[in-house]
Amino acid sequence: MNRISEFLVGLLFGLGLILSGMTDPGKVLGFLDLAGAWDPSLALVMGGAIAVGVGAFAIAKRRTKAFLGGALQWPESNAIDKRLVIGSLVFGAGWGLAGFCPGPAVVSLAAGQPKAAVFVLAMLAGMGMFELANRLLRRDMAAADDADKGHA
Amino acid sequence: MTIDWTHFTPWTALAGGVLLGLASAAFILINGRILGISGILGGLLTPLKGDVGWRLAFLLGMACAPTVFSFVFPSEAGVVPRIDSSYLGLAVAGLLVGIGTSCASGCTSGHGVCGLSRLSPRSLVATVSFMAAGFVVVFAVRHVLQGASV
Repeated sequence: MNRISEFLVGLLFGLGLILSGMTDPGKVLGFLDLAGAWDPSLALVMGGAIAVGVGAFAIAKRRTKAFLGGALQWPESNAIDKRLVIGSLVFGAGWGLAGFCPGPAVVSLAAGQPKAAVFVLAMLAGMGMFELANRLLRRDMAAADDADKGHA
Repeated sequence: MTIDWTHFTPWTALAGGVLLGLASAAFILINGRILGISGILGGLLTPLKGDVGWRLAFLLGMACAPTVFSFVFPSEAGVVPRIDSSYLGLAVAGLLVGIGTSCASGCTSGHGVCGLSRLSPRSLVATVSFMAAGFVVVFAVRHVLQGASV
């Protein structure tokens, strides 16, 4: 039951990305180009999505379980820190360079766009690089903590 | 600022946005999960037992979207997206998007749609940041590097 629902939600989301125009990088860049001939479409995409989402999340917040019985899995972090801001700025820079964000890139790859395939591969490499760097950093910090404890 | 009326598609944008909102709503209410593409993909790079199937089911659904879309809207099937960036540009952009979304734990879907919908201040800061960076980079590329005539 869960797998079917996840599949259908993924399909619905993909259809939304195509219908809205998000899978067309030219359209995305037209929205991000405030100083040029500006295409406001994407503001309506976000507006339409959030208008529906606000009600749904308000209902979800009052529930303890999902309709299929599983726990509601909320994000763990509420922190507004350097990591959030720097990461978002780096993401936005990449988004502005090519006009692809992760969802539309995946859908365009599935549509057989070779350029989207290059983007997705590079994106996965970037995610892997960050995770690896993050783990090494944590291990070093843990090792430093252990060393401190050893001295105490 | 001038509006690009020839490319402005208010109705499909709004309808597509509503579908994105419905998908996000269904995912949290039915499956209990936040719909965030970078997170769903990122979790596959460091797979945990019992945490892979739902990601693959979702991505498979997404992957079927272009085919289903061309059945529902046959007149739109021939529309080719405008991907102007070079392969090198796409590789650099992809790398930045991968690093950035991992670092910020979210992208346009997780922070932009779901985060703003659940009124998360953290996601608001993320969304304002990536939008601002997007605006600045497009301005730099189109109006500074390529000259004001473009």
